[in-house]
Amino acid sequence: MLSHLLVILVKLLLGAYPRWIGVQPTRAQRVYFANHTSHLDTVALWAALPAELRRRTRPVAARDYWSRGLRALIAQRGLNAVLIERHRDRSEGDPLQPLYDALDAGDSLILFPEGTRNDEALPKPFKSGLFHLASRFPEVEFVAVHLDTARRSLPKGSLLPVPLICTVRFGERVVPGIGESKESFLERARAAVVELA
Amino acid sequence: MNFSDSLQRFVAGAPAQFWWVMGGVLALLVVASAIGQTLTRVKPGSVVDNLNARINAWWVMVAVLCACFLLGKVATLVLFAIASFLALREFITLTPTRRGDHLPLCLCFYVAIPLQYWLIGANWYGLFVILIPVYGFLLLPAVSALAGDIGNFLERNTKIQWGLMLTVYCISHAPALLLLDIPGYEGQSLLLLLYLLLVVQISDVLQYVFGKLFGRRKLAPEVSPSKTVEGLLGGGLSAAAIGASLWWITPFTPLQSGLLSLLIVLCGFLGGLALSAVKRSLGAKDWGEMIEGHGGMLDRLDSVTFAAPVFFHVVRYAFAG
Repeated sequence: MLSHLLVILVKLLLGAYPRWIGVQPTRAQRVYFANHTSHLDTVALWAALPAELRRRTRPVAARDYWSRGLRALIAQRGLNAVLIERHRDRSEGDPLQPLYDALDAGDSLILFPEGTRNDEALPKPFKSGLFHLASRFPEVEFVAVHLDTARRSLPKGSLLPVPLICTVRFGERVVPGIGESKESFLERARAAVVELA
Repeated sequence: MNFSDSLQRFVAGAPAQFWWVMGGVLALLVVASAIGQTLTRVKPGSVVDNLNARINAWWVMVAVLCACFLLGKVATLVLFAIASFLALREFITLTPTRRGDHLPLCLCFYVAIPLQYWLIGANWYGLFVILIPVYGFLLLPAVSALAGDIGNFLERNTKIQWGLMLTVYCISHAPALLLLDIPGYEGQSLLLLLYLLLVVQISDVLQYVFGKLFGRRKLAPEVSPSKTVEGLLGGGLSAAAIGASLWWITPFTPLQSGLLSLLIVLCGFLGGLALSAVKRSLGAKDWGEMIEGHGGMLDRLDSVTFAAPVFFHVVRYAFAG
């Protein structure tokens, strides 16, 4: 119910039109990773997916931010988000464990590897979690995604979104090479997102 | 009261002229669809596919417009407010705005649009004509200045003002025809709005058809490659003739109706041309892609933005009591 409402609201305000450039919308298990500039990114990418894929795709969100009040309702009931600890010292064991569990269960994920919202047009360097996931789940497709106007719609620190048409571009799969270093893979993944801009 | 009762009431409530015009439009669409289907079989290709997409979109647009007209004034105002919203969204999406524009943009979408259309519904002509060109014009840059970002200040504000004027102020002048009190034409102003939209859109369609069939000399290849002299003359004059022949749904004589249609055609043409230049200077070919085959909302309404205010004020000056 809440998730239907979210999708309708996002489509009305942002359009969230998908462009399948590098991959097609198939039922393959995937991790969609995208640039992160606005809270709208998560819902825009999620709403851009066909309804059937949306049901099995869970956004990854920071527990410290998304576990209170209205945010918790949207993240947990609306988007069925996977919550993770951003700060390593606060987590017991591997902070990525909830992601491993979700992927083991067969779900797809939406991930923002910059770790936080970024005010610049180009994404910041990616955090290493993406590399660990890609090494551990070689059969999962890691797909680069770019969102264009979310930053202008709802920049960090504002409450009311400006209605702008958001185009969600789905690019190429990024596969880690044999023995490829973490830095090299993360830089290639980031370049794949930038290329879609 | 159940649905079919209310439907019957709406249908009976519309004037006979409305149904004659709608019947004509329906016949045109049937003929257009038949031609489109024949061309698909005889001469398939991307131009014909685009033609069919355009015709199908026309069916939907006519159905929506017809439904709103039958529901009355409020529904028509809401329809145009939504059209303004979508057009402004397309305009601002193509405009590079910055963080400091956030509040002015929120004011445009969430305050200016509802207020402008509410003023029509409330019959408040005096404020309707100055709300955006006076108060909006002054308030938006002031709010923007308070945000403190001076980078490209003039350019950013100019673009927002342009977008608001074209997509909200100008387009709202079409349903503003409902404000006019024309002696001897009481309660029929929705027909005048239908007349304006018919002439503008038929002019666009016929200019396209004449251009595709006979177009040789390009009018402004840099700005709008599809506009030709033959298209403008053939399509424009035919549209004016059709407009003249629709005098019986207006308060005009046939001659007046022909001249006013010519004015609508001319303004519509200039609007299409100017907005095409704006669009291209923003680096796009279409304003959007929400209407299959046509492009965006603003691609369909570009002629209306120029034709509506001029038609409104000429009719108000010459005919309204």
